[in-house]
Amino acid sequence: MTTHAPAVAHDAGHPAHSEPTGFLKYCWSTDHKVIAMQYMFTGMLMAMVAGFMAYVFRMQIAYPGMNVPLFGHVSPDTYNALITQHGSIMVFWVAMPVLLAGFGNFLIPLMCGCDDMVFPRINRLSYQLFLLSALVLIASWFVPGGGFGGAWTAYPPLSAVGKYNLTPMGSTMWVIAVALEFVAFLLGGINFIVTSMNARAPGMKAFDVPLAVWMIVVASLLFMASVGPLIAGAVMLLFDQNLGTAFYNPTRGGDPVLWQHLFWFFGHPEVYVVLLPAMGIVAEIITVFARKKMFAYKTVIYTVVATGVLSFFVWAHHQFVAGIDPRMANVFTVTTVIISIPIAEMCFLYIATLYGGSIRFSTPMLWALAFMSEFLIGGVTGIYLGASGADIFFHDTYFVVAHFHYTFYPIAIIGTLAGITFWFPKMFGRMMNETLGKIHFWGTIIPFNFIFIPMFFLGLSGEHRRIYDYTNFPDLATPSMQALRITSTVALVVMLLFQFVFLFNFIMSMIRGKRAEKNPWKSNTLEWTADSPPPHGNWAEMPTVYRGPYEYAVPGRERDYWPQDERA
Amino acid sequence: MLLNLPRASTFAGDIDGLVVLVTWLVGAWFVATQLMFFWLMWRFRARDGVKSQYITGKEPHLKKWINIPHTLILLCDIVIIVAAVRVWVKVKQTLPPADDTIRVVGQQCTWAFQQSGTDGTLDTADDVWTSDTLHVAEGKTYHFLLESKDVLHSFFVPVFRLKQDAIPGRTITGWFKANRAGSYDILCAEICGIGHGIMGGRIVVDTPEQHAAWMQKHSVVADAGATTTDSTAATGAKN
Repeated sequence: MTTHAPAVAHDAGHPAHSEPTGFLKYCWSTDHKVIAMQYMFTGMLMAMVAGFMAYVFRMQIAYPGMNVPLFGHVSPDTYNALITQHGSIMVFWVAMPVLLAGFGNFLIPLMCGCDDMVFPRINRLSYQLFLLSALVLIASWFVPGGGFGGAWTAYPPLSAVGKYNLTPMGSTMWVIAVALEFVAFLLGGINFIVTSMNARAPGMKAFDVPLAVWMIVVASLLFMASVGPLIAGAVMLLFDQNLGTAFYNPTRGGDPVLWQHLFWFFGHPEVYVVLLPAMGIVAEIITVFARKKMFAYKTVIYTVVATGVLSFFVWAHHQFVAGIDPRMANVFTVTTVIISIPIAEMCFLYIATLYGGSIRFSTPMLWALAFMSEFLIGGVTGIYLGASGADIFFHDTYFVVAHFHYTFYPIAIIGTLAGITFWFPKMFGRMMNETLGKIHFWGTIIPFNFIFIPMFFLGLSGEHRRIYDYTNFPDLATPSMQALRITSTVALVVMLLFQFVFLFNFIMSMIRGKRAEKNPWKSNTLEWTADSPPPHGNWAEMPTVYRGPYEYAVPGRERDYWPQDERA
Repeated sequence: MLLNLPRASTFAGDIDGLVVLVTWLVGAWFVATQLMFFWLMWRFRARDGVKSQYITGKEPHLKKWINIPHTLILLCDIVIIVAAVRVWVKVKQTLPPADDTIRVVGQQCTWAFQQSGTDGTLDTADDVWTSDTLHVAEGKTYHFLLESKDVLHSFFVPVFRLKQDAIPGRTITGWFKANRAGSYDILCAEICGIGHGIMGGRIVVDTPEQHAAWMQKHSVVADAGATTTDSTAATGAKN
């Protein structure tokens, strides 16, 4: 393992790094890049499952009672299970593995200039536990009673009492799966933080570290500091379900609202846990494709830290009308609205980075710019929900659904696609097809807006969440509202179909794409000085760092980029 | 009025006013930011022979483009916070004197309502119990006592802009004053199990005369201890 030692040739015979071959490679590899790919592919498979679920329940909403093609009839309990699992998967088994674990594993050693994670075997264990958690979740759909259907927030008493949720086994397995997933990410987080702090290339000072690494590290810190209470809460829920304890049972001295506090104390920082890696990816891409130094790099880091700290003091905005003391809402509306300041500042700095640039609209850049534009919609609509007085009406309506999809979709889907299209040459040594990439981009972004903009209007008309058939409610069953629901569903189907373009492009480019050179985008950061794809150990000769990551268009130099490892 | 949703309570206008205020403020920021963003993308697109500029972000003439908006956002935040808290305090933190009190009970997956009957006091022999339909009088301030028998529910009347979760083991008190006659949806906004998708009801806002007549009819039936055939009202003295 490389620490502060001077750059030396990588010792291929290091015992901790003897690499299994063939199929075993994928079971026992400790190579951070293999583990990154494992996380990423598992996450993408889970995304397909969750996307299919979205298709099924959106069809049921648009055409209640129909036999959904490729699925069949959607009963109320199936509907509840589908929305619950869709939410759980997208947050815990897609956004986190792909953005935090996938990109974190791939980028941290490569961007910091070291040969692997500091604890490679802990890293491997992290993925194995993650895979186990995914298998437990999938198995939970096939046990008697079916999968858990009490929403991804799993509020007790519904989640705690079998006779209320009717899925005693499914809900227990859901809790176990989530808890295992947390353990996996705690192990991963240790690696991310220690590696980036202790194993950076010689010469790489804290403010020479690329923003993607900074943000993944801050995200890991947020995750590790917030998840403890929820793990305790999950164990209490497990005990309530199976051992007859009454932590959340009001008839025996418990309190159902306790779970909400534990859940959202984690749940809100979690938004930033997944947001920050995506913001980091976008920072790398806009600087490369605008050929610009990051505007006020240090201020960006300060806003990230400020956002992270503030995110621990906003959780109760999810509970304004949940029965908490109404005076609490006044405190949490202040903290919640105030968090707009560092986040807005961060967005302004990103936008300012474009000023004076020379912007090339390649596919990764299109995704990065789309992230900014779409995330802004998610950001401004959050103000409505943070304003306590307005949240009385908006809470648990489709306005909320639209709002958080305008944050989570840019994060989990747009951010991921930006990252994949950008680092694809480094990951697989080949270039992706640019034309197919652009077709996929427009085929995703346009329908995406048609899915979720109607939901803002449905929410404003009072439509509440998690309902399988709105014809049961006279005021919500109007033809104009149904037309909006159908619009949204049709747009979803179109968007999902366009993902086949991506899959085709991804697989074909991996097999027969144009061979990628070391640094196809003319970027500064260290990963582009390794071979494409980098071998186990990453570099034959470890790099030394002489400058920050964003020295583009430095006056007086002929080339408009200046790699971090190039001697002055 | 939010889109097509009528206002039927005295505080609906306050909440809508707050929504409109937020819309103007964040809407202005949203439009300005997007315009700036797209303008920069167009203005600084790659062109032959034009190199990008080396800008660190410390240049005062550029930094002001961050700092001034930053301060303005803080001001907007303060306006929004003050407006939000004012509405919140009025709707959730203060309890105007009641003309009448009702009990709202959530249970998988139906709403039940207990009204005080002609004597105006809850938990007496003439109380009227209904399920799924709640009759209230226009212009009267009601306190509601919200309870749940099993899981969490959320009492949501969109036209009132009223929402409050019901928690088993607690009684949560709130209020409303309807000011527009008509019949509207009552929803359950918190997932409550397999029947969440059908858990709803209707709130009927009557004129005071209509309401008095309705109460008279059902209260008398309740007094006599007889059951009613009114399909919307299951009555019976409960105490």
